[in-house]
Amino acid sequence: MKEFWQKNSTPAICAKLGVTVVVMFVFAIFIMPPLYDLFCDVTGLNGKTGDAVSIDKANSFGIDTSRTINVQFLATNNENMPWDFRPQVSSVTVHPGEPTVINYVAKNTTVNDMVGQAVPSLVPFKAANYFHKTECFCFNQQPLKAGKTTELGLSFIIDVDIPKYIKTITLSYTLFDITQTTTPKLAAIN
Amino acid sequence: MAHGPAKGFTRWLYTTNHKDIGSMYLWFSFAMFLLGGVFALVIRAELFEPGLQIVEPEFFNQMTTMHGLVMVFGAVMPAFVGLANWMIPMMVGAPDMALPRMNNWSFWILPFAFMMMISTLFMDGGGPNFGWTFYAPLSTTYAPPSVTFFIFAVHIMGASSIMGAINIIATIFNMRAPGMTLMKMPLFVWTWLITAYLLIAVMPVLAGVVTMMLMDIHFGTSFFDAAGGGDPVLFQHVFWFFGHPEVYIMILPAFGIVSAIIPTFARKPLFGYSSMVYATASIAFLSFIVWAHHMFTVGMPIAGELFFMYATMLIAVPTGVKVFNWVTTMFRGSMTFETPMLFSIAFVILFTIGGFSGLMLAIAPADFQYHDTYFVVAHFHYVLVPGAIFSITAGVYYWLPKWCGNMYNETMGKTQFWLAFIGLNVTFFPMHFVGLAGMQRRVPDYNQFFADFNMISSCGAFLFGAAQIMLLYNVIATIRGGKKATAEVWDNPEGLEWTVPSPAPYHTFTTPPEVK
Repeated sequence: MKEFWQKNSTPAICAKLGVTVVVMFVFAIFIMPPLYDLFCDVTGLNGKTGDAVSIDKANSFGIDTSRTINVQFLATNNENMPWDFRPQVSSVTVHPGEPTVINYVAKNTTVNDMVGQAVPSLVPFKAANYFHKTECFCFNQQPLKAGKTTELGLSFIIDVDIPKYIKTITLSYTLFDITQTTTPKLAAIN
Repeated sequence: MAHGPAKGFTRWLYTTNHKDIGSMYLWFSFAMFLLGGVFALVIRAELFEPGLQIVEPEFFNQMTTMHGLVMVFGAVMPAFVGLANWMIPMMVGAPDMALPRMNNWSFWILPFAFMMMISTLFMDGGGPNFGWTFYAPLSTTYAPPSVTFFIFAVHIMGASSIMGAINIIATIFNMRAPGMTLMKMPLFVWTWLITAYLLIAVMPVLAGVVTMMLMDIHFGTSFFDAAGGGDPVLFQHVFWFFGHPEVYIMILPAFGIVSAIIPTFARKPLFGYSSMVYATASIAFLSFIVWAHHMFTVGMPIAGELFFMYATMLIAVPTGVKVFNWVTTMFRGSMTFETPMLFSIAFVILFTIGGFSGLMLAIAPADFQYHDTYFVVAHFHYVLVPGAIFSITAGVYYWLPKWCGNMYNETMGKTQFWLAFIGLNVTFFPMHFVGLAGMQRRVPDYNQFFADFNMISSCGAFLFGAAQIMLLYNVIATIRGGKKATAEVWDNPEGLEWTVPSPAPYHTFTTPPEVK
């Protein structure tokens, strides 16, 4: 009597659906975040500026003296980050292809040793893929002893291929307190 | 073979009968509906006047969050699963669900999930206070400690939904009576089949997103933490990739219910059956490619804004097909207006209003003005309350005589309808105006300027709440007695469920019916 209704095998259907469930779970955790990062990388979305570019490659661009671009620098402290954090200059005017070095300054105003991490963001998003950093403090964590001040260097070069309509680029750094999350690791290293 | 239900409490604990489990789902969902309603009334009581009167802002945030979570995961979804349990085997001529033991399990883990979630309200630091969308970092870095319980509760709810969906798909594919081809299935079965696939596809994504939150909070990962190289915006993408199909999970079965009720009371067959099936499938497909319209203001390239704007507007086409089909079904029908029909007609009208405000929100440049205002609240309550809640209520009135063998009190049913209809519109229509004027959602206080409309909304909310007590009373009274219902109950309704006696015997279709 039972076979009368059974057109397919129920365990087979359940297995297929179960596999779909697992695949979608894996997709959400292991595929979507890297896919999103890749997407942001390609489109410059979220103003993430990418990894370091070698100086040789940066020098190979040549300099386009026919135009100038105003680069503005911002510094923001994330909530609960007590350091003094600011750029030494608020903006510079550069030619595309011209290597430029500027400094940020950070001071640990507390009585505790701390570790900071700066995260960059750049607008307009379209410029993100044309803004190359040869050196940046944001590539590293910044341990700073209590009460100490440090200069944080940034060397960058703007691609000569940058679209003509971009006249101003604003680069913003947000400084996060990552002492809590790094201290156990640092202790393990020492 | 012919034996009745077991006696005592263990009948409900051990039952594998689709009718018992369907009833338990429906009662559970009604309990959650009342609880979520109480949370809503706390919100409306606080918003009755500007200023802070009744609750602390922190508690207000917990109320908005819990209202959303309880209504979405506790009231609407279990109610639809309950209706599916009761009706799908009877509609396709099957003796029970394909996986009766799993059915029992998928119900019985739900009360524990909700006990866990609601218990967070009594914990140190309070319950979830970050909105039902639980955006990171509000739900990670700034969350109360109880967030871990919330995460596990969501995991359990997800597991329950996934098991329910697998069961429904297996039932529909394997248990149909001979001759019941796919294109002969009632639309409620079709819409549930498609909904079940949506559940299978997106509930694991919800589980994934809460798992990533859990790892960010406890295991030092940085999926959503910018300091560690993550991105909070990623959360919104993953969440809405789940969230948008989720809103169709809450509306597609409603389409099925209304497509069953309107032909009965218009005394005409449903107009455009196959176009209804294809429209449902199109809506389900489109739901996967429109998620970012929830986050137009987050910063997207213009191409992205345009894509999500047009894709969203495209959904109006299959939805329009459905609305026109319902209207055409009623056209020149010999209509009568029993309670289920009243709720269904109200569904068609009010859901269309909610659909239109959805189109307004889909316009990316205009959305920058509407985003996070009461206009959004008005929009989604117009689609969910008359959409999901009215259709469930309509379904309960429509099938209740079949379930318990007695007719409900028609006068009380109609009174409840009008109270709910008036209450709903008085509550939510003014929200359009205050939203357009700039009143933000999820804030316990507001400008004096919005005072009158908010007072009206609050009065409507209490009226709507009172109407639901009437539903509860009517259902209990019907179960305990009343005029006996015939097997057909209504005037020549279509469907196999009307060929069995009322009340439906504990076991139906132990031999398959003949489907012509």
